[in-house]
Amino acid sequence: MSLYYVQKLLYQINRDEYALNRFQTDFDSFLTEYDLESDEINALRQADIGLLYVMGVNGQILMHFAAMSGYEWNEYLDAMRQGLNEHGPVRAGLYATVWS
Amino acid sequence: MSLVFAGVCSHGPGITGRADRANPDSRERLYASMDRLRTTLEEAEPDVLIVVAAEHFANFFMDNMPAFCMGMAMNYSGPIEDEQWLGIDQVTIPGAERLSEQLIKSVMHDVDLAYAQEWKFDHGIMVPLHFLTPKYDLPIIPVNINCQGPPLTPLNRCYEFGRALRRACDERPERIAIIGTGGISHWPATPDSGKINEQWDRDFLDHFIHNRRSELTAYSDEQTYLEAGQGGFEIRTFVAVAGATEGATGELWFYEPIPIFAVGATVAVMSVD
Repeated sequence: MSLYYVQKLLYQINRDEYALNRFQTDFDSFLTEYDLESDEINALRQADIGLLYVMGVNGQILMHFAAMSGYEWNEYLDAMRQGLNEHGPVRAGLYATVWS
Repeated sequence: MSLVFAGVCSHGPGITGRADRANPDSRERLYASMDRLRTTLEEAEPDVLIVVAAEHFANFFMDNMPAFCMGMAMNYSGPIEDEQWLGIDQVTIPGAERLSEQLIKSVMHDVDLAYAQEWKFDHGIMVPLHFLTPKYDLPIIPVNINCQGPPLTPLNRCYEFGRALRRACDERPERIAIIGTGGISHWPATPDSGKINEQWDRDFLDHFIHNRRSELTAYSDEQTYLEAGQGGFEIRTFVAVAGATEGATGELWFYEPIPIFAVGATVAVMSVD
């Protein structure tokens, strides 16, 4: 799992129109520039907000991708809840941090 | 001249983007308090407004995350978010390039500080400006503290940054205002969005208003995360303002949990006398 690169890709398309255009029109080529695994690529392709949240994508990054993918605010929150129900707890990142 | 105004306020994107879904009485009470803050800021006749913010992966990412960064641009733009989503139109905002450089050079003597000549404002700055400088005609100097990507900036360093910023302001002839923007307890953009720990917020605000340095800087990240959510990490912006007003106290003008805004909405000022 390469959470860092999933988040980096989303960070870049959230802030850069050129990157967003490539994501939307040249998806396969664009994603070769990131070290992603097949389940991550599928989640991004399908804008699977629930799975991306469970993978550990920070909500401050994810909420903008959700909005650009057509999720209304409550739909966005429900998608994350559904992801937890379907896939279990968040696997990595801030929300899975084990504090010591 | 140094500081002529110091305050803090919330910046949740729902404050503007989901305004129609809030309890109207709560929303109008918050808006009235923000209006009072704007009036007080204007009466202070500042030449520039420093906004100490907790941006959310709009300009800074984990490939090169500064603990502190200060803007040094002629102009800024924002919001980086969709206008409809945030409820704020795209604008260009004047900077204060020369003063930024002077302040940065001075602060650097005490605190390691990155600077940026490009900066796209996200809701963390745009929501406060929407209320405080609605004509976007007051030059802005943005500051970011890493409140998002652990390892986070330590709280004691945030207080020290505030002190260094105040010392740098004291060296300048300009009339300088400072506003810190952040949530207190909140779980933004997660399935728990809307959850607010009111007692935690009120305890923190009491420490802030009385500028109790030892209490303000004693929160561990673990404690904050467990009791106040990841949004609680944004107390760093308040702590920096407390550092910039060390020895002074303040007044809490507004605090009310507003779940659709995902924060305990807050407005407060600190004395700069």
